[in-house]
Amino acid sequence: MTRKHLTADGGTGGASGRGRRRARRFVPLAGLAVLLAACSGEQNALAPAGPFAQGPQDLIVWVFGIAVVVFVLVQGLILYTSWRYRRREGDDSMPEQVHGNTKLEIVWTLIPAMILAAIAVPTVQLIFEQMDEPEGDVLTVEVIGHRWWFEYYYPDYDIYTANEMAIPTDMPVRLEMTATDLARSPDLGVIHSFWIPRLAGKQDLVPGHTTYLNLQADEPGRYLGQCAEYCGLSHVNMRARVVAMEMADFETWVAEQQAPAAVPAAGTLEARGRELFGDLGARQACASCHQVWEGEGLRGPAQGPDLTHLWSREEFAGAIHDLTPENLRAWLADPNSMKPMQYEVNGIGMPNLNLTDDELDALTAYLETLD
Amino acid sequence: MASTTAAAETPRLRPSKPTGFLSWVATTDHKRIGILYFWTVLAFFFIGGVESSLIRAQLAQAELSVLTPEIYNQMFTMHGITMVFLVVMPFAAAFFNYLLPLMIGARDVAFPRLNAFSYWFYLFGGIFLYSSFFLGGAPNGSWVGYAPLSTNAVSNMAFYAVGIQILGVSSLASAINFIVTIINMRAPGMTFMRMPMFVWMTLTTSFLLLFAVPIIAVALFMLQFDAVFNAQFFQPASGGDPILYQHLFWLFGHPEVYIMILPAMGIVSEVMPTFSRKPLFGYAAMAFAGAAIGFIGFGVWAHHMFTSAIGPVPRSAFAVATMFIAVPTGIKIFNWVFTMWGGRIRFTTAMLFSVGFVSMFTIGGLSGVMHAIVPHNAQQHDTYFVVAHFHYVLFGGALFGLISGVYYWFPKVTGRLMNEKLGKVHFWTWLFGFNLTFGPMHMSGLLGQPRRTAVLPGELGATVELYNLLSSLGVVVLAISASIFLYNLIRSIRSGEASGDDPWDARTIEWMTATPPKHHNFDVIPVVTSRDEFWHRKYAESEEGIPVAVPVGASVDEESDAGHDEHIHMPDPSLWPAIHTLGVLPLGYGLVYANWLLVGIGAVWMVAGMFGWIIEPLAEGDDDEPAVAGAAAH
Repeated sequence: MTRKHLTADGGTGGASGRGRRRARRFVPLAGLAVLLAACSGEQNALAPAGPFAQGPQDLIVWVFGIAVVVFVLVQGLILYTSWRYRRREGDDSMPEQVHGNTKLEIVWTLIPAMILAAIAVPTVQLIFEQMDEPEGDVLTVEVIGHRWWFEYYYPDYDIYTANEMAIPTDMPVRLEMTATDLARSPDLGVIHSFWIPRLAGKQDLVPGHTTYLNLQADEPGRYLGQCAEYCGLSHVNMRARVVAMEMADFETWVAEQQAPAAVPAAGTLEARGRELFGDLGARQACASCHQVWEGEGLRGPAQGPDLTHLWSREEFAGAIHDLTPENLRAWLADPNSMKPMQYEVNGIGMPNLNLTDDELDALTAYLETLD
Repeated sequence: MASTTAAAETPRLRPSKPTGFLSWVATTDHKRIGILYFWTVLAFFFIGGVESSLIRAQLAQAELSVLTPEIYNQMFTMHGITMVFLVVMPFAAAFFNYLLPLMIGARDVAFPRLNAFSYWFYLFGGIFLYSSFFLGGAPNGSWVGYAPLSTNAVSNMAFYAVGIQILGVSSLASAINFIVTIINMRAPGMTFMRMPMFVWMTLTTSFLLLFAVPIIAVALFMLQFDAVFNAQFFQPASGGDPILYQHLFWLFGHPEVYIMILPAMGIVSEVMPTFSRKPLFGYAAMAFAGAAIGFIGFGVWAHHMFTSAIGPVPRSAFAVATMFIAVPTGIKIFNWVFTMWGGRIRFTTAMLFSVGFVSMFTIGGLSGVMHAIVPHNAQQHDTYFVVAHFHYVLFGGALFGLISGVYYWFPKVTGRLMNEKLGKVHFWTWLFGFNLTFGPMHMSGLLGQPRRTAVLPGELGATVELYNLLSSLGVVVLAISASIFLYNLIRSIRSGEASGDDPWDARTIEWMTATPPKHHNFDVIPVVTSRDEFWHRKYAESEEGIPVAVPVGASVDEESDAGHDEHIHMPDPSLWPAIHTLGVLPLGYGLVYANWLLVGIGAVWMVAGMFGWIIEPLAEGDDDEPAVAGAAAH
């Protein structure tokens, strides 16, 4: 396995700056969180990088503070009582038989109830705030969960892509999410959950339902996320990457993605790869599950990830592997060795097509041209 | 076997020897059934522990491959199922069985053969679930078994659906049995408000089971019919709904949490007064807080689904309900601490585990309130933060309480004391190992580590790797600690110090009778005149409320102790519960494999067993009127 081991801030270092500035207000409670955020991975719920992650963080910091106070008081009381009223050696005296104290009991019923009521009010407010459709300019992206990869469709631009979701910074993104269904693929559709911790909390993708999630990135960067609802064999290998970019870069990206795929010149190795992509003889052709849209006909959803602009992405296979020619060749040669799947059992995932070395070279060369 | 011949042979089917293997198979003695539960629980606890060790070995470092993803998924699924359904729940049942009749002054439970039936259903359910390992793989769809993932044949979840169903029958039968026993069979004078708190918690737990188990039964039938017979209950393609399964599962699943914790709370409420030498602080508040937890516990289930496809109104409603269940829980915690306050606390191992329970459970309660902050729950849900939370509740809570009970009532069962030195080593290593294992999970979860992932991805960072390594080391400490416990248990059974009848200067009436108790529990059923009856027979109170010892026997009013001229009628041993329940194995396999022959064999077997059970006559000479054989049908 050639998993990536990114360095601490993994190219997203600037992105947490705003979050840190906001969090500073809650020093020292948030101090620990920020400290940890600085020295750990990029899938960190304690390092919000956008308003939909920051809001819950600001709320939990207060609740955590109250919890710490209650913790110290209760544990202190337990320890003090244990120490103070321990039976001394040789002491056979009997304690007074106290059965209760109504006043005291009313006090420790009411105080927690009031604390909880105080927490409940901002919680309920924030629930609605987080779930309401954001006002103003909003980018809509449809997210479809498959075993084991995320597909993204941009209805405003008619763009299909997978694993990596491009978004502009400083603009709320409204995700409309569901899981795939039997009509589209052998994956009958199971529950997934889309979670980019630094941009927003998670929301399940449920077959037969549409769920919504708002997220927004304050700074450009690559934000790592993961399917968070157990979805079977390769659940851990179902990752997601949100690539936030400045609006101008995003517009360029959209234009590139809307363009049809390049067709390699006849007679080249790439052209041979394109042929194989559409026809592998008795074996299942790549094109039966993957789309490469060359400008003709409908651009529509396919069973596997859309490959029209594969090489514009940096990761593949559920965003667990770097997209390099070597990795891609190894993947085509034996997908299961790079990501456990169930094609042989129930048709879910990518089959091993028993490609020859020549075929692997040609296909890899062709796929590299799809940028 | 045809029912008629079975009936004719019944007298020969009844083992008459009071010892030996068959005597255990045929036992209807609640104490023996409690002991059977205990050892079976210990065996499953060992298996569940091995599973968790394998999980922690896999996650000790990033990118390890100790287990294949498929085996890993089976391991965490079976670990969850085992610890919930085969360890914590039946562990509580072991206590209910052994202690309940003794604590209310009864000679047995209301339905002794049904009690045996519950045990056998539990044992066979566990064996059935584990046989899946040898039949193509164990369930791998997680202990919640969410559809539609679990209706997929690859998930082996038919074993889950049928296996949990079998265990549910066991729980339901026990619940009925204990409710009827508590309501009908209390000693004269033992009003509800004089019952030991453990009995209160048994009653509450049994009602929770009575109402919650039918819900999961429905959910599991639907799941199994989807998985095996294509019933389409939860398949969106044909109009079914996966969210329905989640609602049904958690409508059972949340009360289930309290089913697991309330018995431990009951145990702690017995242990703390005894070793503080004070009555339980706020008895009525404790009883009603337990009942309140039971009631509210049915109204918070969707807090397990805050990230599911539910809207902001249910999210808000369930958030508020969840926060307020912390109120009765808080009442209990303060009442326990104030039971200790002003006492003369003897820190025996049992007491240490009870104090540990209060302390660790509080941590789990606080992280529980954090879960109720719905917007941030979206960050916590399905991460190791949640794993940390529920282990603090169920391990730091339930298991600490149950182990406290083992140390406390061990002398009652065996007539010997457990070794206190080893006990204390056990407690401190247990406490340390527990916190080392589950404390770091709070952090690894917030740092982005999701649950149920076969690999610890390196991208999560070095900090997460460190926390995971600590967790894995914690399991090593726990394994050592558990070995000390087991050694202490076995050593003390064989050669522990004799305890006498009342080693702790206890308060409740199970300590009034011989230790270990005779088959019929009490020679004379005591007449109860106050809460903590035994204590009040030993001590009078001075005007300042200080107990003064009464001369031995002075307070025992022979005349008032009822029933000493009553004929002692004990339930006969019977093989029929075991024979009858054995039929559930062919029935279960038949349902998993849709094999009608097996289903038929199982069904006929069970019906035949039921007839044998019903027409089994009383043992000769055991009843005043043996001629009335029809009475056996009762």
